[in-house]
Amino acid sequence: MTSTDLTGTESATLSASSAWTYAPAPESRDVVQVRSSYGLFIDGEFVEPGDGEVFKTVNPATEEVLAEVAEAGQDDIDRAVAAARRAYDEVWGPMSGRERAKYLYRIARIVQERARELAVLETLDNGKPIKESRDVDVPLAAAWFFHYAGWADKLDHAGFGPDPRPLGVAGQVIPWNFPLLMASWKLAPALAAGNTCVLKPAETTPLSALLLAEICQQADLPPGVVNVVTGAGETGRALVSHDDVDKVAFTGSTAVGREIRRAVAGTRKRLTLELGGKAANVVFDDAPLDQAVEGIVNGIFFNQGHVCCAGSRLLAQESIAEPLLDKLKTRLGTLRLGDPLDKNTDIGAINSAEQLQRITELVSSGEQEGAERWQPACDLPERGWWFPPTVFTDVSQSHRIAQEEIFGPVLSVLTFRTPDEAVVKANNTPYGLSAGVWTEKGSRILMMAQRLRAGVVWANTFNRFDPASPFGGYKESGFGREGGRQGLGAYLDV
Amino acid sequence: MTTLLPSLPDLRTEPVSDAALRRLLHGLPGVDEVGAEQRAAALASRSIKRDAKLWALDLAIRVTDLTTLEGSDTSGKVRALCAKAIRPDPTDPETPSVAAVCVYPDMVPTAVEHTRGSDVRVASVATAFPSGRAALDVKLADTRSAVAAGAHEIDMVIDRGAFLSGRYGQVAEEIVAVKEACGDAHLKVILETGELSTLDNVRRASWLALAAGADFIKTSTGKVSPASTLPVILVMLQAVRDAADATGRRVGVKAAGGIRTAKDAIRYLVVVHETAGPEWLTPELFRIGASSLLNDLLMQREKQRTGRYAGPDHFTID
Repeated sequence: MTSTDLTGTESATLSASSAWTYAPAPESRDVVQVRSSYGLFIDGEFVEPGDGEVFKTVNPATEEVLAEVAEAGQDDIDRAVAAARRAYDEVWGPMSGRERAKYLYRIARIVQERARELAVLETLDNGKPIKESRDVDVPLAAAWFFHYAGWADKLDHAGFGPDPRPLGVAGQVIPWNFPLLMASWKLAPALAAGNTCVLKPAETTPLSALLLAEICQQADLPPGVVNVVTGAGETGRALVSHDDVDKVAFTGSTAVGREIRRAVAGTRKRLTLELGGKAANVVFDDAPLDQAVEGIVNGIFFNQGHVCCAGSRLLAQESIAEPLLDKLKTRLGTLRLGDPLDKNTDIGAINSAEQLQRITELVSSGEQEGAERWQPACDLPERGWWFPPTVFTDVSQSHRIAQEEIFGPVLSVLTFRTPDEAVVKANNTPYGLSAGVWTEKGSRILMMAQRLRAGVVWANTFNRFDPASPFGGYKESGFGREGGRQGLGAYLDV
Repeated sequence: MTTLLPSLPDLRTEPVSDAALRRLLHGLPGVDEVGAEQRAAALASRSIKRDAKLWALDLAIRVTDLTTLEGSDTSGKVRALCAKAIRPDPTDPETPSVAAVCVYPDMVPTAVEHTRGSDVRVASVATAFPSGRAALDVKLADTRSAVAAGAHEIDMVIDRGAFLSGRYGQVAEEIVAVKEACGDAHLKVILETGELSTLDNVRRASWLALAAGADFIKTSTGKVSPASTLPVILVMLQAVRDAADATGRRVGVKAAGGIRTAKDAIRYLVVVHETAGPEWLTPELFRIGASSLLNDLLMQREKQRTGRYAGPDHFTID
């Protein structure tokens, strides 16, 4: 291609100028020491599991084994719950809120000080791009501890009446998509309210929770206040069904959520569940288009779409659907997929072979059911688990890809004609975790927020989180709220 | 490609009423400031290393309009600026020249004389720069005198007062008239985004200038704070990209004011690269107006080439 330069002669400038490729800019993995094996964190110490079982955790970008991790059995869960009970009865329960706050502030500060280490470890274990672990996961984790540290001595003023009491021992089971952040969402409010915790991270991403356990040690948190037991489904089952657990909190799939609810039915245990989602991201014809495109990208391709509140259904007003998709496709062409440790990577690795298989299966069902698949030109690395950003058009409500949670970088595009139709389609899902609304009209934002059956409605943005803002679902997305004053209610006897 | 945008009238041939222009400009998709700022911040966090950085530093030099716009400017000052523009680093003949020198109209003859035989263009501000507060015939005379003295490029200012009071027709007519007065000289239209205040206004003013025939749209005079910012340049780049999609005509963008470090300059190049596209990474379609920036670019370039930082006294101050 040529362009006319200022002297009026034709010059071939584009071939030279299009040569700008960003050189690799990897974050150093030496900032974190990954040990070859990890024990369980019980009663303030790292200990070997009773029966000596271990499992491997793998870097999803390379399939390299990162470490061997202890698998907690029933005896280990008994020990961890007993330690948490003792700490609750003897230390943490009787402690004043102001004293508890000191520990939480200390943890928050150490998370900040060791941010780079935590970010690299999270990226190694999870596969998410370093820019996300560095700019989102770790800063938010610190922010959660800071926020709830501030509440610890103000529970009287949280709107639950005078002197609200903690519940006791909390058994907390978290997913693999935001391992450190979910640990913080669970631990910070529980500890601020005066509970003690036994936390089970996901089996594919245990390392950052174990580093957080080390940070608890470093902060001199009294032994037993936080315990981390690693393992898979069996470990989680043993924890949530343990007789001496007073409160169960779970984030993960709706199927497992159901199982947990059955397990705690008829017991004294309190339960909060944060489950799946199939959020609608509704773009009206008067939306700020360039920002809406960014919001769509951030809604579904953030963290490879491994986000329970991902904007996996784009509802575009028909009058703008075509140009909006043109802009979106152009933008997706600039996404950079590859080495998650590279600071310029936008799309990292899929967390596990199992998840990749699920995404692949749902995507082929989309094609079989007649939706149109589009992917930008995108080279996938040879090793590791990867899936290119994918957009489905011509999607109908009845397609599986419009109904089931894919939990991957796959967007289903549907259209609507009127605001009423948008509301009906957005709500026509068993889930109800989040939704997005894009319009320059303020009154329409309020109208939509009122009518959408979703725990979070973002207006002209998507996937933004703040510790002061409650988060949680309607319908099969679960119940209970995390974050803010409301998040305290999940850990108080109210 | 379908476009959401209203068709762009050619205001050079079809004058349009204020009311019609208002419908056109206010019918453009809005700009969400929070979202635009987040996008600009995300692009600013790109990490440009090694070869990519060296390439960017050379490009940044090649797109620089080396500028002096002071009441205290003299022939001596402008002569020195021209020498620097042609050969920014006398110790390394491989260093590219800058795109242009940018001066006040009365300094154009000096600049033309001292850039003769080089590829460095001479740009002149005109139209009662920086405020633009003069009658149209004064602005046109200002423009013609700069062109007659040999300026290749004219940097005009829009009438921000007229724009803010909704007299879009007047703004457009002035751009059309100045463009005509430019003859063969290229016209850069300064929006003075610091005075337009909102990103919606930045997009509207960009469209107005595009429709009126600007060859470049430029952020600022450098005399108003804030001058160029990443969110502003992002919105202007989206405007020229949308216009190119709609009309096939590529218009340039110039960021001016407040860009002092190589790091800043590279951030701008990243925003250009990932917003308008790689086609815009050329002096024909992107410029940075700056003065002190050049020495930092040279210093970083030296560092990339040799692995060592040289002290500031190893780079000439002109």
